[in-house]
Amino acid sequence: MNEDIRLMKGNEAIAHAAVRYGIDGYFGYPITPQSEVLETLEALMPWETTGMVVLQAESEISSINMVYGGAATGKAVMTSSSSPGVSLMQEGISYLAASELPALIINVMRGGPGLGTIHPSQSDYFQATKGGGHGDYRLIVLAPSSVQEMADFVGLGMDLSFKYRTPAMILADGVIGQMMEKVVLPEQRPRRSQDEIRRQCPWALTGKTPNRQRNVVTSLELDSALMEKNNERFQRTYKEIEANEVRFQAYDTDDADYIIVAFGSMARICQKAVEEARNAGVKIGILRPITLWPFPYKAIEDVAKHAKGILVAELNAGQMIEDVRLAVHDSIPVEHFGRMGGIVPNPAEVLNAFTDKFGVKFNFTND
Amino acid sequence: MKEEIVIAGFGGQGVLSMGKILAYAALMNDLEVTWMPSYGPEQRGGTANVTVIISDEAISSPIVDTYDTAVILNQQSLNKFENHIKPGGTLIYDPYGIHHYPSRTDINIVKVNAMDATIELGNAKGYNMILLGALLKLKPIVSLDDVLRGLKKALPERHHHLIPANEQAILKGMSLV
Repeated sequence: MNEDIRLMKGNEAIAHAAVRYGIDGYFGYPITPQSEVLETLEALMPWETTGMVVLQAESEISSINMVYGGAATGKAVMTSSSSPGVSLMQEGISYLAASELPALIINVMRGGPGLGTIHPSQSDYFQATKGGGHGDYRLIVLAPSSVQEMADFVGLGMDLSFKYRTPAMILADGVIGQMMEKVVLPEQRPRRSQDEIRRQCPWALTGKTPNRQRNVVTSLELDSALMEKNNERFQRTYKEIEANEVRFQAYDTDDADYIIVAFGSMARICQKAVEEARNAGVKIGILRPITLWPFPYKAIEDVAKHAKGILVAELNAGQMIEDVRLAVHDSIPVEHFGRMGGIVPNPAEVLNAFTDKFGVKFNFTND
Repeated sequence: MKEEIVIAGFGGQGVLSMGKILAYAALMNDLEVTWMPSYGPEQRGGTANVTVIISDEAISSPIVDTYDTAVILNQQSLNKFENHIKPGGTLIYDPYGIHHYPSRTDINIVKVNAMDATIELGNAKGYNMILLGALLKLKPIVSLDDVLRGLKKALPERHHHLIPANEQAILKGMSLV
C-alpha cells in the first residue's frame, strides 16, 4: 500500500492541506457540518511546526474581518464555515473583493434558509456565484466532489486568489465534508518569508518598508469617478478569470442522449445513476462544473448540441439551472431535479426524474 | 468486487467506529472505499448509521438506497433497513432488544448473539468488533490481517496495546457464525 494514501473526512483533508500549503492563518468559528476543520487544525498544532496561526474567533463576523486584516498584510489566510455563518461573513467578503485582497473562504453547505438543518445542501449556489454581499463583485467558486478535491482545492483556491488578487471560495456540502475517502495530501511547503511577501505582493501592508510609497488597502473611495475606475479594474480582472479559469469535468457525454449537469456531492450520486442508466440501455452523460464561477457556459452549450435534454440535479429548489438555461438558450429542454432541507437523494431518484420529466424508460434487469 | 454495507444501531454501540475500521482495512488492501456517516444530533442513545462502500474500482456515489449487507444492532434500524437489502443480500443482526424479527425470505438472515458474547468475553468495548468478526466470516471482503494493520494505522500509538483485545473479539465473532 502507498504510505502517502490516507483515509479522512473532507473537512479533515482541508485542515491538513492548509498546513501543508503553508497557509499563514486560519480564523474560524465552529458550526456543523464543518467543525472538523477547526478541530483538526487545533489537533495538528501547526503553530509549532510551520508557524501557522489558528484562532477560534468569537463569531463569523470576527473571523472574516481577521481574514481581511491578515490578507491586507499579504499573508495567505483562510476561514471556513457553513451556510448561516457564511451569510454573516458577506459584508467582509464584499470588502475583501473591493480591496482586491486574496483569501480563501470555505462553505460546507447545510440546508437553509435560516438556521435550517445541519444536513447537506447546495442551496447557497446563488449566494456564492451571484455575490452574496453588496456591489458588483465575483468570487472564484470551486466545487469539490471528493475528499481528494477538498485537499487539492485549498492550494488551487489560494493560488488563484493570489494570482488575481480576489477572494476565492470552496463551495462544498455536508456530504463531502463528513464522508471519508482516500486522499493523497500535497507535499509540505514552507510558509512564505516576509521578503518573499514584499517581493510577490508589492501592494501589501508590510510595515515601514524603505524605498517604497505608502500602501493603502481600503474599499472606500468617495470620489465616484475614481470608484468607477476601480470597478472597471475589477471587471477587467473578472473577464480575465472568465477567459482563463473555467474548469469542468465531462463523463460519458460524447455519445449521450441526455446530459445531467450537477456539481459537488450531487455529481457523485448522478454518476452512479448514469452507470445504472447505461446498464439499462439509456445513454446519459454528466457535465460537472468544477468552477461554479466562472461557469462553464461554453462546455454546456457544446454538449447540448448533441443531446435531447438536460437534467440539472441539485440539492436545492433550482439555482444552477438558471446558468444552464443561459448556456443552452432554450435549444433543448432543461429540467430540474432537486431535494431540499438536508435531504440527499439516492441514484434511483435521479433516474425516476428522467422518467417523470422526459418520459425515459429504463429496462432494468436484475443483476 | 463491490460491497455496499450499512451498519446501524444506537449511538455509542460503536457503529461509526466499526465502519471506520472496516474502511481502514480496505485501505490497507489497496481497495477503494467511502465511509459516509449519518451525522448530527445522533448521540449515545439516539440512532446512528454509516454506509461503507468497498470496491476494486472507483466509487461513484457514497450514498445508495440498497445494500449488499446490513449489520443491524437495534429495532429502529431493523425497521428502517430491512427492506433496503438487495435480494440475495445478507442481514446480520443482534437479537438483543429485538421484538419484531426480520421476515424477508429472499435474503440471507444471520442472527449473531453479540451482546451475550460480549458479556462472556468481559470486554464491553469489544461489542462492535464481535459483529465485525461475524461480518468478515460471512463476507471476507478484507482479511483479519488487513483489519489489524488498519487498526494500527487508525489508532494513535498510545492505544496500540488495545489491538490484541480487538483481535480476540473479532475472532470470537468469527466463531459465532
